Amino acid sequence: MAFMKRHETLERHSLLLTVGILIVVAIGGLVEIAPLFYLDNTIEKVQGMRPYTPLELKGRNIYIREGCYVCHSQMVRPLRDEVERYGHYSLAAESMYDHPFQWGSKRTGPDLARVGGKYSDEWHLDHLTEPKSVVPESVMPPYAFLLTKKLRLDGIEDHLKTLRLAGVPYTDDMIANAKADLIAQASPGADYDTEDALVARYEAASGRKGTVKISDFDRNPATITEMDALIAYLQMTGTLVDFSTYEADDLNNRR
Amino acid sequence: MTDHKPDIDEVSGVETTGHSWDGIKELNTPLPRWWLFILYSTIVWAVIYMIFMPAIPALPGMGYTNTLGLRGHSDRALVAQDIAKLHTERNAASAKLLGASLSQIETDLDLQQFALAMGESAFGDNCATCHGAGGRGAKGYPMLADDVWLWDGTLTGIETTIRHGIRHMEDPATRLNAMPAFGRDGLLATSEIDDLVQYVLNISGREAAADAVNRAAPVFAQQCVVCHGADGKGNRALGAPNLTDRDWLFGGEPRDIQQTIFNARNAHMPAWQGRLDDATIKSLAVYVHSLGGGEK
Amino acid sequence: MSANTTLNERPGWGFSIGTVSLLVGAVAFGVLMIAANAADPMMAAHAWIFFFLAVTGLLVTGLWAGTLQKRNPFDPAFYEDTIVKFGVVAAMFWGIAGFLVGLIIALQLTFPNLFYFPDFGWTNFGRLRPLHTSAVIFAFGGNVLIATSFYVVQRTCRTRLAGGLWPWFVFWGYNLFICIAGTGYLLGVTQSKEYAEPEWYADLWLTIVWVAYLLVFLGTLWKRKEPHIYVANWFYLSFIVTIAMLHIVNNLAIPVSLTGSKSYQLFAGVQDALTQWWYGHNAVGFFLTTGFLAIMYYFIPKRVNRPVYSYRLSIVHFWSLIFIYIWAGPHHLHYTALPQWAQTLGMVFSVMLWMPSWGGMINGVMTLSGAWDKLRTDPVVRMMIVALAFYGMSTFEGPLMSVRAVNSLSHYTEWGIAHVHSGSMGWVGFISFGAIYCLVPWLWKRPALYSKALVEWHFWLATLGILFYIVAMYVAGIMEGFMWRAYNEFGFLEYAFIETVKAKHIMYAVRAGGGTLFLLGALLMAYNLVRTALGHGEARGDVETTPIAHNPALQPAE
Ligand code: HEC
Ligand code: HEC
Ligand code: HEC
Ligand code: HEM
Ligand code: HEM
Ligand SMILES: [Ca+2]
Ligand SMILES: [Ca+2]
Ligand SMILES: [Cu+2]
Repeated sequence: MAFMKRHETLERHSLLLTVGILIVVAIGGLVEIAPLFYLDNTIEKVQGMRPYTPLELKGRNIYIREGCYVCHSQMVRPLRDEVERYGHYSLAAESMYDHPFQWGSKRTGPDLARVGGKYSDEWHLDHLTEPKSVVPESVMPPYAFLLTKKLRLDGIEDHLKTLRLAGVPYTDDMIANAKADLIAQASPGADYDTEDALVARYEAASGRKGTVKISDFDRNPATITEMDALIAYLQMTGTLVDFSTYEADDLNNRR
Repeated sequence: MTDHKPDIDEVSGVETTGHSWDGIKELNTPLPRWWLFILYSTIVWAVIYMIFMPAIPALPGMGYTNTLGLRGHSDRALVAQDIAKLHTERNAASAKLLGASLSQIETDLDLQQFALAMGESAFGDNCATCHGAGGRGAKGYPMLADDVWLWDGTLTGIETTIRHGIRHMEDPATRLNAMPAFGRDGLLATSEIDDLVQYVLNISGREAAADAVNRAAPVFAQQCVVCHGADGKGNRALGAPNLTDRDWLFGGEPRDIQQTIFNARNAHMPAWQGRLDDATIKSLAVYVHSLGGGEK
Repeated sequence: MSANTTLNERPGWGFSIGTVSLLVGAVAFGVLMIAANAADPMMAAHAWIFFFLAVTGLLVTGLWAGTLQKRNPFDPAFYEDTIVKFGVVAAMFWGIAGFLVGLIIALQLTFPNLFYFPDFGWTNFGRLRPLHTSAVIFAFGGNVLIATSFYVVQRTCRTRLAGGLWPWFVFWGYNLFICIAGTGYLLGVTQSKEYAEPEWYADLWLTIVWVAYLLVFLGTLWKRKEPHIYVANWFYLSFIVTIAMLHIVNNLAIPVSLTGSKSYQLFAGVQDALTQWWYGHNAVGFFLTTGFLAIMYYFIPKRVNRPVYSYRLSIVHFWSLIFIYIWAGPHHLHYTALPQWAQTLGMVFSVMLWMPSWGGMINGVMTLSGAWDKLRTDPVVRMMIVALAFYGMSTFEGPLMSVRAVNSLSHYTEWGIAHVHSGSMGWVGFISFGAIYCLVPWLWKRPALYSKALVEWHFWLATLGILFYIVAMYVAGIMEGFMWRAYNEFGFLEYAFIETVKAKHIMYAVRAGGGTLFLLGALLMAYNLVRTALGHGEARGDVETTPIAHNPALQPAE
């Protein structure tokens, strides 16, 4: 067969073979990934998305560090049972500031895309400290140690700056006040002015009222712990997008 | 290159390619027909599938996003249809449920069954995490299957609790009342609180130090009766629990009681309005009401 | 080449010892700076580990070089087999460690009361699971691939490994990467991208190591004494080249500080998701598939002493496999917020991937024609053929799971875990075991393995273990998939999530049992191999070494 004969060229020249392989394996990725950066319908147009507050961002990093994603997805699929169990299916827009994404691939525990606001801070505290105290059948590990770990605040501005480099619209204001914002969100009543400033900054970015929750999440006013940050993150998940203005029937959103 | 004699493998009778690597040769067996056939079939199928479904992205500037396919398929449109269909199936019963009073639900067996099925289903994923399977409760989360109620045990009362939550500050209609943190906020001395613990033990029918109980009596009268009542039997209008029974929300050990008085608990239950629809909330009320302690 | 030639006269040697030492020295210095200025304790810990190992490497290399005046460890007349021995030992060590961690996490899900330790958060499931996946895939699988590729490329090119010391740099550099990755997970250093969890600095280090690997491999192909490149080497080459591409793109990240461990991914959300699963699926395709097919293409024909079934099939299935594999990534994102056109492409290419995958299985199994009796008489051959059976099974199942309707049920469930382990324990595990059983007597110059009976035991324990594992997970996965979507007669969800967790308990226990059997088998194997290397039992007696030059030249070199 002529085709087989021609193949000999590749079998005799290691560089040609290498280049051939490289070309063949590059195509699929280019065709599939590149369009996601320029097609209009990749990310839905929504109202309400804002960058994470510094405390939520810290909490998200703890979520990543502890490997919560190995058991929990954050992606409600447009299937009847999932929408009924977990709420509105997830939009691409909802993870547009997620570096990296946390969609997950296994549900040993339930989906967490819309867990924000579903439970009280105390419940999260009880649950994360000892899951079986509230859900006796749970197989989730206990995270009591988060309560005793003080949250590291140093360098938080750098985190925001790095994310801005990657495209998250943090303003100069947000970066300059990152530390104050972080403290304010976990210390209700300590300083009303910084609280208001925090809320104003992030609600302006969101274009929506009520997207910033201020609370002593771990019920320990003395310190800001990793537990504060993690619960702040959980209480925010899935609450940002304003679904009352979301146009589900727009062709680009139906895709 | 092929200046070799054809090298035939004895076992299979097939010619080899003539090469050998570390003693390994290759037969020149043709491609299996069935293999090729299935390969081609999958390719044909793939092309057809791509014609019918959204498949091919446009290049930049082509003016459209991607081919939509002949079927105009959209998961998101389909799930909206599925849910709408489900809702129409449930609609008649749901509408009936929404307007029904307790006695109507109790007499209409079909409606009752429907409400219980709906309520039980929603309870499992939304409420059981706090209140336990079947409403058995946990420390800090009240049992719903008994006849002890903090706020209100009637059907409409339960519905209000679910709809607006308890101490859920984002909801102006939430059930609200806060026990002061007597110790933390310095309203009472530690010794006074220790005495009050003995007092509470006493009125709940347990052994307590008599002198401490005596010392605490005026303090209780001054600080606690507003909410818990002169006899300590509680006040449902304020969500203040009965302190004379054996039913403890936050634990009945002296340590627990001390903690409660020192820090106050002021537990929080989220409001479900907005997250769950009206019919679901009503059905949950019916379900909780039916767990054993529902009041008229 | 006589023993008293000076160092510089030895080809490839004077150059590499200098550069490798220089590189290691420079890295050690840089790392010391980072250790001193680390922005977080994890980074400091890693910098010290790195520094310690780099200095040890430098010392060992220096001391070793000092003794080289008397002998030439880079004698081109002989194959470089010491490094293959190291690779085999490392693979067995990491394999057992990885299976053990797998067993531990299986037990954690079965008996959370006994296997979670609130005071030792780093032993939680979330941190141990990536430790397991990386240990089995990259530490065990990676060392098997490096060791076998170094062995195979030398024999099939009839030349010594290129690059002097560089192969050693590849071996140690790669294992250093494994140590950094593994300790990282325990310390909580992770990017959370499955199978690419290590942070930016480990990623960078791996990039350097991998480029060296590619150059060593290409260099060896370059100076081959055979006119044609053997099919196993096409597969190895595609594995090395493609993993480089995938690794670099999927790990594009911006570190928060050059002295800190944390970085943020360059892409976000949906773009990041597709990049990740383009990577993740092709880590399966090019690490766990083409790499191990390369092993199959050498060790099966060699062991059964029969020609490869079909050269034409090799060509067609090779190119179609590597072309199509790349497209299939979106099948990990069915029904997600990924635009549907991409899901369609992922699905149809996965289905088209079925036959190209089976091409490898056919070529492997049919190579036995004329030697079928070996299945009965040689448990090592049986292991490799059963590996191909599992390969065939999971590459049939994979396309099936890629069909969206099926995936809507299987995704997020234990079904995926069953699929993964039939592919990885069955295919990757068994083909690796087979290759190592072949290699150890060859490398340590023994006439046979210490005990064939022990190989039989290993085979049956592991087969039974896999079957327990996957059957339990299929049952659990399909059950939970149906429970999640079950509606009662009134049209409401039938089960709460937690009821599905409860229902899986027995299956989890069976899975842990299967894992125990699999681990036991691997322990028997390690024992057998040690006794073989020591020359005990049936392995008594040495086999003579044949220098490359004395290998029968079947093809005239051009
Ligand atoms: C071993 C797997 C596992 C890991 C790891 C894990 N979880 Fe869970 N999680 C579960 C299971 C199972 C449940 C369901 C039972 C329960 O509520 O405890 C659950 C439930 C939850 C819930 C309640 C969700 C709901 O809607 O009821 C939250 C919130 C949660 N987990 C958060 C986390 C966070 C945050 C982490 C990491 C710090 C984490 N989980 C790690 C298994 C896990
Ligand atoms: C985050 C935890 C949490 C969740 C989820 C939750 N509850 Fe509650 N619930 C509480 C707490 C805490 C209280 C008691 C508050 C108090 O101290 O007054 C309570 C009280 C109640 C009461 C009042 C009991 C009484 O004695 O008056 C009812 C009724 C109730 N819950 C029903 C529900 C239902 C129905 C759901 C699900 C839709 C639900 N709860 C979900 C935490 C929760
Ligand atoms: C402003 C109203 C208010 C006052 C004053 C008040 N309480 Fe309470 N108390 C409550 C409420 C409401 C609850 C239960 C709900 C919650 O905290 O979640 C409660 C709960 C308790 C409990 C826990 C009951 C259980 O089941 O675990 C104890 C014990 C208690 N109070 C004792 C006292 C004592 C002693 C005083 C006086 C020093 C006092 N309370 C004053 C409102 C009040
Ligand atoms: C003793 C043998 C083994 C046991 C007990 C075991 C156990 C486990 C467990 C419990 C999980 C987590 C599943 C979950 O999250 O629900 C897992 C995941 C995984 N294991 Fe294993 N495993 C074993 C061997 C292997 C081998 C040999 C490989 C590969 C060569 C492997 C590759 C993986 C992969 C890739 C995952 C992740 C799957 C996913 O994300 O979908 N395992 N294993
Ligand atoms: C034709 C070949 C194959 C196809 C089309 C295929 C397809 C799939 C699909 C559809 C999933 C499930 C994705 C999900 O729902 O989350 C999956 C997961 C997986 N498969 Fe395969 N598979 C193939 C072969 C293999 C082989 C041979 C192995 C192992 C050696 C393997 C290892 C895995 C792993 C590790 C995952 C889990 C990824 C994760 O979620 O972490 N696959 N595969
Ligand atoms: Ca705090
Ligand atoms: Ca990485
Ligand atoms: Cu895949």
